[in-house]
Amino acid sequence: MLRYLENVVTLQLDTETCNGCGMCVNVCPHGVFKVQDRKAAIIDKEACMECGACALNCPVNAIKVQSGVGCATAIIMGAIGKKSECSGSCGGSPAANNSNKSGLCGTTK
Amino acid sequence: METVAAAVSRTGKKSWITGEVKTPAGRIPMVATELNWQDRLGTTKVRAGLQRMHYSIEPGLYAVGTPTADSPVFVSANYKLSFDYLRRELEGINGWIMVIDTKGINVWCAAGKGTFGTEEIIKRIESTRLAEVVNHRQIIVPQLGAPGVAAHEVKKRSSFRVIYGPVRAHDIPEFLSAGMKTSSKMREVNFNLGDRMVLIPVELLQWSPFALAAAILFFFLTGISRNGYALPGWTGGREVLPVILAFIAGSALVPIFLPWLPGRALSVKGMTLGLIFAIILVFTGLIPSAQTGGQLETAAWLLLMPAIAAFTAMNFTGSTTYTSLSGVKKEMRFAVPAQIIVAVLGLSLWVTARFY
Repeated sequence: MLRYLENVVTLQLDTETCNGCGMCVNVCPHGVFKVQDRKAAIIDKEACMECGACALNCPVNAIKVQSGVGCATAIIMGAIGKKSECSGSCGGSPAANNSNKSGLCGTTK
Repeated sequence: METVAAAVSRTGKKSWITGEVKTPAGRIPMVATELNWQDRLGTTKVRAGLQRMHYSIEPGLYAVGTPTADSPVFVSANYKLSFDYLRRELEGINGWIMVIDTKGINVWCAAGKGTFGTEEIIKRIESTRLAEVVNHRQIIVPQLGAPGVAAHEVKKRSSFRVIYGPVRAHDIPEFLSAGMKTSSKMREVNFNLGDRMVLIPVELLQWSPFALAAAILFFFLTGISRNGYALPGWTGGREVLPVILAFIAGSALVPIFLPWLPGRALSVKGMTLGLIFAIILVFTGLIPSAQTGGQLETAAWLLLMPAIAAFTAMNFTGSTTYTSLSGVKKEMRFAVPAQIIVAVLGLSLWVTARFY
């Protein structure tokens, strides 16, 4: 399994608020969560790619993550005031909180 | 409400539409589950980077097989490649496909932007009159759409329950027979050799203008010497080779050898490959190393090739399935200044070498 830089992930789970619905487990593409003792738990934080799916689908807002486009090109384009080169489609501004990940941009799935 | 014109334009002269199904909400075009040569040609073109941005289909409802009011509803993006991947895997299944308007972008990227999102799904449920077509109140949304869709919001505002389906359409039959439940394997995103290889043509194409410009620049700059300027011949061509090789290393070879290259940062992986290539070129004599001029030249390429490969490899972060925004920011904080310093140093040495 490919791993990226360590100790950077911004994912946070508030176990108090969690109602154990398991939605985060269902949407996570990297197996970061597990429901144990009727509460969600982060079992593999380093695998998180900050796509934001868990936070958006958590019905009780127990998850916080700074999601955005994890794409160097988008960041460079943003810095020089242009739209993302990812063929102008992904167009993700890395600052936008509701925008997320550009995996395999425009080419697959 | 969907207009008659929109319904007609969806049925009109598409090689993959095989008929239509009558429903209380109007006629729904029926689609093939087998891809024909036109579909395949389209896929090939998209993978080669041609017409990638104009490969969309009309949003709306489509039928697969002979669906009834009890059949499942699959939600898809209006990027034709996404749609093709889905219908190809629905062979033998009776169902509905609700194509939402993602501006011709695939599910994951569109979800990241929010165009594959809560609002569009709710809007499309209304405009297709889905509630009149099916008895149940469930829609199957691809899991990679989840970064743009709040399932509980959709439920609250449309009464339809979002069930997240597998990452890969290929797992849909198994997902259905398991009672619409995904296994942990179905939820996991991979980045296998095959997944990475299909991205290479687009990567190469994306960098080709820059590689070409740099190659031309180096070719003509080779003509500079202490005696003034003379149009370079073979010697200019020799200076083009390391540039091109460094671009290929960063944009094509890093994706291929990704898991086996040292370091976690993509720029480090690119730098390593660039350095290996530079060393190979020096040892094979393709980079001159004789006398002061040669030594300067060798030093220059030992810096420039890793810098170019590191930069191009770093930009592959947007295509990977595992790099986080926080990680990319951290990588760029050390990699970009390093690339600039090394490139400037390398370029200075290279220009200096012209005068020896």
